[in-house]
Amino acid sequence: MGKTFSEKILALKSSKDSVTAGEIVVARPDYVMSHDNAAAISKTFGKIGTDKVVIPSKIVIILDHVIPASDAKNAENHKTIRAFVKKHGINNFYDINHGICHQVLPEKGFALPGKLILGSDSHTNTYGAFGAFAAGIGRTEVAALWATGKIWLRVPETIKIVLKGRFRKGVGAKDLALRIIGEIGADGALYSAVEFTGPLAESFSVSDRMVLCNLSAEMGAKNGYFAPSEEVLRYVENIKKDSFEIIKSDEDAEYQKELVFDVSSLRPQVAKPHTVDNVVSIDELEHTGIDQVLLGTCTNGRIEDLEKAAEILKGKTIASGVRMLVFPASWNIYRQALKNGTLSILADAGAVIMNPGCGPCLGAHEGALADDEVCLSTANRNFKGRMGNPKAHVYLASPETAAASALAGYITSAY
Amino acid sequence: MGIIRGRVFKYGDNVNTDVIFPGKYTYTVTEPEEIAKHALEDLDPDFIKKVKPNDIIVAGNNFGCGSSREQAAFCLKYARVGAVIAKSFARIYFRNCINAGLPILMSSEIVDNIENDEEIEIDFEKGIVKTKQGIFNFPPLPPEVLQILNAGGLIEYIKQDRAE
Repeated sequence: MGKTFSEKILALKSSKDSVTAGEIVVARPDYVMSHDNAAAISKTFGKIGTDKVVIPSKIVIILDHVIPASDAKNAENHKTIRAFVKKHGINNFYDINHGICHQVLPEKGFALPGKLILGSDSHTNTYGAFGAFAAGIGRTEVAALWATGKIWLRVPETIKIVLKGRFRKGVGAKDLALRIIGEIGADGALYSAVEFTGPLAESFSVSDRMVLCNLSAEMGAKNGYFAPSEEVLRYVENIKKDSFEIIKSDEDAEYQKELVFDVSSLRPQVAKPHTVDNVVSIDELEHTGIDQVLLGTCTNGRIEDLEKAAEILKGKTIASGVRMLVFPASWNIYRQALKNGTLSILADAGAVIMNPGCGPCLGAHEGALADDEVCLSTANRNFKGRMGNPKAHVYLASPETAAASALAGYITSAY
Repeated sequence: MGIIRGRVFKYGDNVNTDVIFPGKYTYTVTEPEEIAKHALEDLDPDFIKKVKPNDIIVAGNNFGCGSSREQAAFCLKYARVGAVIAKSFARIYFRNCINAGLPILMSSEIVDNIENDEEIEIDFEKGIVKTKQGIFNFPPLPPEVLQILNAGGLIEYIKQDRAE
């Protein structure tokens, strides 16, 4: 019997010949990511009783959640982190002028095939788009990894999701991801790895792959994975931080189950408040007026997303009474969108262009909502209180739907 | 961990970490007693007024889904919750409870046989839960996980491990 990607990589990273789903291994990750929470992690690290991080080159820290600092407390957090990285010789530190961790790690060449990457953020799954095994962990575990370099992991069973068909115009990876979550539920892949495969998956761009792996977290998955394509290998070739090895599932690997999604008749999808699996096709959604549109985040803040929105908004003006906030996922993307005119189109349409970062996604900073307000967001979560106010309502959709809705003043599709 | 006896606060499926500990506090509320005050704030605003030491949270599937923020586990520990029983846990939340030294157990059968507000008893040594409906067994956690919980959490475990 062959092995899955997860079984093969976790055997390799725990120096074992072979492991099987369900086993617990002690693994040594290649990279350990944290963000603004590194301030709290550094305090926990201090309690362990060691003064040295074991391998500084494995630690990656990005300031992205509350940037620039919104108040003195957050400024102190950032100051603590800057002092910590200096003291411990952590060179992989990215200050507030880089972007969201899940965009910056790929851009800086850490998200590579065959790497084990763990991070104190639940959307660490995103790097599975590059053929890495990437999963979220807690803050205390990051402190422990800084001190010891090792962690226990359960080898997950793997759900194979076969993707086929062709998207209609204006329908894409975000709609597919929401559809999958709507069908299998928020715990549909609990404890499991999700491997995306099939003819459509193979044709997916880097950006599409990142959307699916990012949202695998909302299926309850431990990690999402695509076997690297030629495009992925070209993407990493000139930026890679390290040599890498491509690891793929064997043909005869054993899967927990197999699901097939044909996208040919898929329409734009919307996740209604207050759970990500509360998904309907846009045609089934009742008339829903909106107060704010959020375009951006680690799910949909890439150049393709901004360009798709700009195509719809070009030469038009967003509806009166609607606020549209645009958060490019990184400063690389921001500069690209600045140079190619995308940001002008969005600003001319009435959008407010913000600095790259997590922004209002988690309710800690910027763009908060008042009671009873409705936000249509391209992010990955719509939980009650998520954007800072438990009396507000958050809907999730694609960049195209976000742009069309900003024009209309209610949730609608462009095509 | 021994025996934990307490009153039950029972909730449903897919309780997420945003309602357990809202994201707006993640970087600014840092002291244990302050963290405890916000426990379950957007799920059950009265919880923190009613909870007593060793009370037990009982929930459905996928408890603790969403953000990895571990204050969502620590806030219950700091509010002196005795244990959490769920049909299933979101995987990062499961890890965070272990790392916080907060006893947890997973069983659909047991959850289905517990009512809100009743007093129950968990015997972690024997692996049994006593409810009004009867006595139920639960399987032990894997030894690798149990040793962290028994040490009182991950930091305590590492300190012990390093000392040996």
